[in-house]
Amino acid sequence: MGFLPFVFPFAELEVGQHLYWQIGNFRIHGQVFMTSWLLIGALLALVVIGTKKMERDPKGVQNLLEFLWDYIRDLARTQIGEKVYRDWMPFIGTLFLFIFVSNWGGALVPWKLIELPSGELGAPTADINTTVALALLVSLSYFYAGLSNKGLRYFEYYVHPTPIMLPFKIVEDFTKPLSLSFRLFGNILADELVVAVLVFLVPLVLPVPVMFLGLFTSAIQALIFATLAAYYIGEAVEEHH
Amino acid sequence: MPTLFLFGASEGGLFDFDATLPLMAVQVVLLTFILNALFFKPVGKVVEEREDYVNTSRAEAKKKIAEVERLETELKDQLKEARLEAQKVILEAEQDSDTLYKEALALATSEANASREKARREIDSQRDEALNQLKSEADNLGDLIIERLLAKT
Repeated sequence: MGFLPFVFPFAELEVGQHLYWQIGNFRIHGQVFMTSWLLIGALLALVVIGTKKMERDPKGVQNLLEFLWDYIRDLARTQIGEKVYRDWMPFIGTLFLFIFVSNWGGALVPWKLIELPSGELGAPTADINTTVALALLVSLSYFYAGLSNKGLRYFEYYVHPTPIMLPFKIVEDFTKPLSLSFRLFGNILADELVVAVLVFLVPLVLPVPVMFLGLFTSAIQALIFATLAAYYIGEAVEEHH
Repeated sequence: MPTLFLFGASEGGLFDFDATLPLMAVQVVLLTFILNALFFKPVGKVVEEREDYVNTSRAEAKKKIAEVERLETELKDQLKEARLEAQKVILEAEQDSDTLYKEALALATSEANASREKARREIDSQRDEALNQLKSEADNLGDLIIERLLAKT
């Protein structure tokens, strides 16, 4: 122990504990998939309900979905640019929706009521595997976007505006996924930990504003991740003159 | 009593990478395709159709407004012309009636003058005649008186 001074209440708070599922030679974190499936299911249910009967005068859930669609389109269009934003809008939108649903699901659903043999349920984005997976997908996407749009001329980006930039741009390719994944992971995990610690120390009133702050952070992190992903893709497809 | 596994733990820990990572990536890619089919495409279609509808409706309305404005100015011009024409007609009619009145007045005056003149001339001639008659009768009477007086003496 020794990394935090509170030893006794922390016995309840399991950090870094996982529910392992064995699949062949591989092991996966069961709790991450359980929550992510539930939340993806909820998201898909919302989408299916909202798109079941769409009309020109939107009603009910269709309004919400159209608002989200419009929001994501604006995000993609401002970051990627008018020319190719359509190709990347589903990816950016899925990142935003998945991260948002994961963050809010982790914060709003009382997962702690469900006892697991090991580890505990929580936001899927509080697991480093999830955030690294998302960040690597973003890296692959912007490489693919750049290469498919500009071919080998994409690598002009590395020496633009001067060849002095080359090492920095190469380093950027590593720091981009690193910062993306750690920002999301750190924020969500820290939020969960702060709320959990406060709940154990002062079980009344005090955790509530922190919980609201957590909801705010969660939404902002989803927006930041999606915006940066779109920005990286936009940077890769941008034409230099 | 579980211990906190952190950096470099062999079992568990916060930075415990395993098959969760690729599986999650595959899951997110799948979700992208599913959401594209269920959410982005249909909602985009509806929203863009509505945007088109609004744009065309607006363009049509603008066209109609322009048409209405054109017709309005045309009608106003026509109205103005008609008003001017009416004024001209009224003026003409007034002038006509004025000349007619004057003509009639002149005619009536001249007629009246003529008949008055005639009457005066008649009166004059009749008076002259009467005077002459009276004169001759007075002469006759005078003669008769003189005869009678002369005859008596």
